[in-house]
Parts: sequence; structure tokens; C-alpha cells
Amino acid sequence: MPVQPLLVLRGVSKRFAAVQALVDVELEIRAGEVVALMGDNAAGKSTLVKVISGVGPADRGVIEWQGSAVQIKRPQDAQVLGIATVYQDLAMCGNLDVVGNLFLGREIHRLGILDEVEMERRTRELLHTLSIRIPDVRVPLATLSGGQRQVVAITRSFLSAPRLLLLDEPTASLGIEQTSQLLDLIEQLRDQGAGVLLISHNMGDIKAVADRVAVLRLGRNNGVFDVNTTAQEQIISSITGAADNAAGHRPTRPEEAWP
Amino acid sequence: MRWRETRARAADAAPGAGRRRDGRRWYAGRLRAYAVAVRRRLHEGDLGPVPPLLALAVTWIVFQSLNDNFLSPRNLSVLSVDIVGTGMIAVGIVFVLLIGEIDLSVGSLAGLAGAVFAALNVNLGMPEWLAVIIAVNCGAAAGAIHGFFFAKIGVPSFVVTLAGLLAWNGLMLYLLGPESSINFSEDELVTTLTSRYFSAAVAIYGLAALGTAAYLFVSYHDRRRRGAAGMPYRPVREIWARTALVAVVAFATVYVLGRFEGLPLALLIFLGVIIASDLFLRRTPYGRQVLALGGGVEAARRAGVDVARVRISVFLGSGTLAAVGGLFVASRLTSATQVPGSGMLLINAIAAAVIGGTSLFGGRGSTWSALLGVLIIQSIASGMALLGVEPAVQFMITGGVLLTAVVFDTLARRAAESGGRS
Repeated sequence: MPVQPLLVLRGVSKRFAAVQALVDVELEIRAGEVVALMGDNAAGKSTLVKVISGVGPADRGVIEWQGSAVQIKRPQDAQVLGIATVYQDLAMCGNLDVVGNLFLGREIHRLGILDEVEMERRTRELLHTLSIRIPDVRVPLATLSGGQRQVVAITRSFLSAPRLLLLDEPTASLGIEQTSQLLDLIEQLRDQGAGVLLISHNMGDIKAVADRVAVLRLGRNNGVFDVNTTAQEQIISSITGAADNAAGHRPTRPEEAWP
Repeated sequence: MRWRETRARAADAAPGAGRRRDGRRWYAGRLRAYAVAVRRRLHEGDLGPVPPLLALAVTWIVFQSLNDNFLSPRNLSVLSVDIVGTGMIAVGIVFVLLIGEIDLSVGSLAGLAGAVFAALNVNLGMPEWLAVIIAVNCGAAAGAIHGFFFAKIGVPSFVVTLAGLLAWNGLMLYLLGPESSINFSEDELVTTLTSRYFSAAVAIYGLAALGTAAYLFVSYHDRRRRGAAGMPYRPVREIWARTALVAVVAFATVYVLGRFEGLPLALLIFLGVIIASDLFLRRTPYGRQVLALGGGVEAARRAGVDVARVRISVFLGSGTLAAVGGLFVASRLTSATQVPGSGMLLINAIAAAVIGGTSLFGGRGSTWSALLGVLIIQSIASGMALLGVEPAVQFMITGGVLLTAVVFDTLARRAAESGGRS
């Protein structure tokens, strides 16, 4: 009997007022697999992530988790399933410190009193395991640099040992070294049997870690490709719409697509 | 054994800093680390309670130099009871400001609580304890209603509580009837709230000692746990220095107040509420969620915080504390009158929270700022009264202090924003 995929989306649609953001989107993520999600701006990538993470539930469509239909109506629902998310805008509290942000919504407490010592210990331990350097875990997040905040957001998603990790442009403000470090972490997580959905514009990153690429275009599926056997040109033309129809054609800008 | 590594790393950074035997260098290293931390906090505009403490010191020095009676035990004793009503309300306001909102109804709710109590107890002859419970619950219910319209319907808190200000003031006037005030009988529960003093030396000095010991115990306990978990902890000398400071403040307060009538019950209750709400805010998951809402509502929501529930509960708490404060105000006046609903109580409570150092922009502040702020405001009022200055001047000065506090707050916020090296 074949193993059930971790997550399957069927016919997912979402509308914001007059804009149809997602139309009948299908997506499948298997355990131990990195799926890249690509698409031009406003293709619906972040909207799809928010559908899966429960921040912006779909209007229509079915979500199956390990073969059975589930309802993800709130962020808590996704957390219970073991879905962790790094949002594009990070979504962290600038006034709380690193420890506070990491454990927000899942604080460790004893008899209703926060166990700061235990939370700080686990934070340090996690940062150590991920080989991440943060000068002080007790400073407000607002005082950290953009790259450090990104790193904290990524660290938070690893805190609960996720079954499925959603990463929305996680390398946006990372340096070269940090980016390769993140790609290593993604591979580690995959080898441990988790699923990863990675949104990125960077073909190099995707070639490095992804197994398959799912392309969205104007809120619709526009092909799923095997990274190892598909030419980059084919993926790019699918993103820009050249492979879809002539009317939707936009000039490819290879210098932007391949940084 | 990870702490050894931490220490070893610290020793790399500053040669000899990790070695205890090399005392002078070790303390030089500590001092340097401390200076760095202070400079960072200055840079980020996070000065904690320093500005309000300075303001309080200046206020006291100025008025004492103008009138010898200002810092007399008698005046300070009166002051310590006068602050309680407004202070209680300000604690609730701190919570509302922390989630980045405002509650304009607290003055009216304070008046309503006094009127409900008086109407039930004096006019209808209900037992006092029951009347108190109902009065406080009226505040809680009104706060929950504000919270519901704000959190569930999405009406701005400013407008909801403005409507509340008018409506609850109207209900208060209706309950007070044509005479517009109801007098309480002396020596009953509510009047004793502000007229009971503890003067037995053993009891009050014992209380100060107990408080100091509790602080020392908690500090040591925390240090031991952090040490056991292999994390940096406060040095013993710092713990003792802080404890000494707590002891000085506690014993000085008890000594001064003991020389007049004793430790007021009202002040004890107020301090109890502040300590409890401070622990609640800093040490419970709920308090963490309140702070998170002030730091970013969307971030809190995505982290799984039930935003609507926290918002409603904060307004419920604000209404409850407003009602409690209202009972203290009524107790001080031994009557339920229109005074609390007049607007000054509301303005003073919000001003106290802000002057004490809680940010108007949300996410930054402490319930201790309610104490500091209300002390500053009431000290100005008391000093002016001693000097025989008209209330008109007093309003202008309090207004100036409030403006200064808000300017500080705004500059601190800007510093914090530019402090992020993004």
C-alpha cells in the first residue's frame, strides 16, 4: 500500500473582495520531500501558505492531512497538526524578547506561572543545535537587525519539531552564509521525514534543495515539475506564462530570475 | 557542564573576567558589561522607571523647599491614601494601554460603582458586602460590554468607551437621584477602606521585613535555578544591592507613615493589587499575550493567541478596577457623588499611567507606573494645596508634566524604531 501524502489540497479557492486570489488549486506534499512553490508576484503563493497555516482559511476546497480531510480554520488548528510557518513579513512582536517570541502561543508554565528559565534554556539549546548566533536572547526583537529577526523567525518554526514546514521567502534578508545554513537545515528536516514547502524566487536555492517545483500563475496551478529532470527554461516560462498562453506572455528577465 | 563553557567564552572576551580569584579585573569586566547594557538601553530609549522616579524626586524636593510641611508624616500619610482611588483605576488603564487601546469610560464607571453601592446599601438596605460585590460586578460587566463591541464588532475602543463615558454617567446620575449625592454611615466596611490604619510596630515593621525577605528569596531562587540550568545569572552582590534598596524603601515608608497614624489599609490593598497585577503581567501566559497584542496584533493572532478573548478580558479588568477605584474614592468622601464622573478622575488616571512610564503606543509598560504616576500627580496637587495655589495653576502644571511624559514616550518609541539595525 502506498504511503499517504502528508498534505493534499484539492480545489482550493479563495477570494478577496473583487480579486480571485486562488482558483481550484491542487497541491501535494509528501513526507520527506521539499516542494518549491514558485510564481510571479501576485500569483497567490503567500495566500496559499496562509490557507495551509490557518491564518486565511480557504473559501472552498478540501485539505487532506495524511489521507483524511481536516479543517484548518485557525492558526491553532495548523499548530495541532504540526504545521509550522515562517511568514514573509515574519509576524513577530518587536517588544518581546527572543525567548518570548519563540514561545509565543505555546508558553511553558508550571501551575500557571511562566517557566522563563526552562524557556530560555530551550531557546539557547535550539540556537546551539541550529548553530545560530544571537548575541543576547533577552533583548527586545525590535533591536535586532533584519537578518537576525529572520533567523529568529526560522528558529521559531523549528521549535516544535514540525511535521510540515512552510517557508515564505525565508532567504529574503539572509546573507550567503546564513542562506546555505538554512538550506542545510531544510535538508536535515527532510531527512528526518518532515515535509517542506519553500517559496522562493531564487532558482539556485530551489535547485539545491527542492525535489519538485509547483508553479502558480494568477492563482491557478500552472504545472508541477521534477527539479532534476526539468530544464530551468521550462519552469521559468511556466512562471511567466509563456508556456501557458501567448496572451499572458511577459518578457522573461533571466538576470532577475537567476541572481 | 555547559555553564563552564559560557564562562570560558566570557573569559576569552575579557581576559581574566571569568576567574573569581582575580577579583578586581572580574568586577571591572562586570562594570564594563553593565555600562554597555546601560548605553544600549539609552540608545533604544528604554529607561524603565528612571524618568518618573526623577520627576517624583524633583517634585518632592521643590515642594519641600517651598514648604517644610510637605514631607511631614501627616502630609505623606494623607497623600498615601489619596492616591489609592485614582491609582487603582490607573492600573486598569495600564493594561488597556499595553494592548494599544484606550478606555475613556473608567471615570464614569468609578462613579457608577459608588452610586450602585450607595443605592443598594443606603437606600435599599442591602448588606454591605453584597452591595460591594454587585457594584464591582457592574464595573466588570460594563467593561466586558465595551470589550465585546471593540473585539467582536470592531468599533474603535475610543468610540465605544466614549459612549460608555456618557451612558454610565447617565446611569450614575439616575441612581443618585435628585439630591445628586448619597451619604454613607461611618464605621462600616466601605468607609473603613480608607480610614483604617495599622499602627502596631511589630506588625508593620514585620510586614516590611517580610516583603524584603520575600524579594531576597525570589531573587536567590531564580539565581539558583538559572545557575542549575547553566545560564547566566545575577551576581550575589547585585542581588544584595537590590534587596537593600527594597529594604530602604519599605522601612522608610513604614517609619514615616508609622509616625502619623500608621500604615493605611488602603495603601496596603493598592500595593497588593500592583504586585499581583505585575506578576500576572510578567509571569503568566495570559500576561505574555497582553504584551504580545501591544507588540503586534497580527503576529499574536498567527502565533495562536485568541485576540478577541484577551481584548475583552483587558476591558473587563479595566472596568473592574475602575469600580474598585470608585469605591475607594467614595470611601474617601464617605458619600457617592457626581465628583468621580466629572472627568478629572478619568484624566488623572490616564495621565498617571502615562506619566509613570507606560507607553501610549502599546506593548511597553508596567503596573508600577500606575503607582509612580499617581504619586507624581497627587504630590503636585498636595503641594499646590499646601502653598495655597489655585487649582487653575495646578491643572496647567499637571498638563505640562503630562505633555513632557508623552514627549518622552514618543522620543523613546522613535529611538526604539531607529535602534533596530535593520
